[in-house]
Amino acid sequence: MTEPLVVLKDVNKHFGDLHVLRDINLSIGKGEVVVVIGPSGSGKSTLCRTINRLETIESGSITIDGQALPEEGKELAQLRADVGMVFQSFNLFSHKSILDNVTLGPIKARRTPKAEAEKRAMELLERVGVAHQAQKLPAQLSGGQQQRVAIARSLAMDPKVMLFDEPTSALDPEMINEVLDVMVALAKDGMTMVVVTHEMGFARKAANRVVFMADGAIVEEQEPEAFFTAPKSDRAKDFLGKILTH
Amino acid sequence: MGDILSKYDVLGAFGMTVYLAFFSAIGSLLLGTVVGIMRLSPVRVLRLLGTGYVNIFRNTPLTLLVVLSVLGLTYILGLNLDPSSITGNASRWAIVMLSIYHASFVCEALRSGVNTIPAGQAEAARAIGLTFGQSMREVLLPQAFRGAIAPLGSTLIALIKNTTVAAVVGVAEAANLMAVIIENETGGLVVFLVFAIGFVILTLPLGLAFTSLSRRLAVKR
Repeated sequence: MTEPLVVLKDVNKHFGDLHVLRDINLSIGKGEVVVVIGPSGSGKSTLCRTINRLETIESGSITIDGQALPEEGKELAQLRADVGMVFQSFNLFSHKSILDNVTLGPIKARRTPKAEAEKRAMELLERVGVAHQAQKLPAQLSGGQQQRVAIARSLAMDPKVMLFDEPTSALDPEMINEVLDVMVALAKDGMTMVVVTHEMGFARKAANRVVFMADGAIVEEQEPEAFFTAPKSDRAKDFLGKILTH
Repeated sequence: MGDILSKYDVLGAFGMTVYLAFFSAIGSLLLGTVVGIMRLSPVRVLRLLGTGYVNIFRNTPLTLLVVLSVLGLTYILGLNLDPSSITGNASRWAIVMLSIYHASFVCEALRSGVNTIPAGQAEAARAIGLTFGQSMREVLLPQAFRGAIAPLGSTLIALIKNTTVAAVVGVAEAANLMAVIIENETGGLVVFLVFAIGFVILTLPLGLAFTSLSRRLAVKR
């Protein structure tokens, strides 16, 4: 593994009585693509959201590029600017045009001049294939297009690492591939990625490592091929048995 | 009716009503936005202060506040907003109190507007590195105002009608003049109708305008 970029150490969290994260230890190297899979309620989304502190943790530590996650305020905002996040429900700013969605972060959080931010935004929109929709509002685009814009919005901040929280789960089947294609291309370009997904095809094609979670704990970590052909734990065998039979 | 209109400055009185309403509307919108941001902020003390503000001023009779401003604040504490004129001081205090009172309603209208925004919008704003202030200004408030246009319109209409309370401290607005005319002239019902129609002319178009605005500016999701 290359030098670690994101390190989670003994991370614990409860939602009320539910122990959603149990002693999570995970280290993600620069340029590595880690796919997190597991049954629903296993804590994989929560894990993903703790990395940019959209969810707080109760004990343990998380560092990004050697720097511990700040508590609140300006430092936290700065750190989040370096961590891209793509949500299940896209969460594009519904009152702003596609172009303004992509330029908002660079202009406000990075103080990039507007003209420069727009030029870069158009390049990114070109790259994800929605440049011709730049002046429209999010609601006028299809789900797949919205999600690609959301990826462009994250990329505009030149993040060190990108988090994907079930990016294709809210999409119609015919739109899933257009989003996965963009993600595979990103992975090939060397972006560090943490991807929570049910897309086993993506895991096989683009992941360096698969992390399998159940009941809030990491049960198994393996290379994708090894994981899908010969899972070690019974939980993983059971899970794969249920999803791969179709 | 003709000589009532020629003898008394009915238009001038409604002018005072509009003057009170205009500045109170601006004052309450600004103050209400600040209190609304306090109630939504991540800082507990600010949230408590905001909640306290709303509960105190929303539940205090406006008449009480206006009387307090002149009898209490001006005559006892000496806080005179216009030493050159008694009515000037009264109308300025009326604007202050109308602003303070209606700010609590503006705050709640905005908060209901914020509640129309899916939680993901705030998360996305934070995730791209915006600070609390930036995500408020750029993402949450613009959408909250659009979602709150209808209740804000109701608040503005209530405010226009509530300016009549300023009559109790002698501000020469419409309700004050109406009382004077009814005192001096016969035909109280006609006088009443004139003033009632005056208020309808002020408020009805506003209500229609706000309804159509809220439809046109609604955020498409």
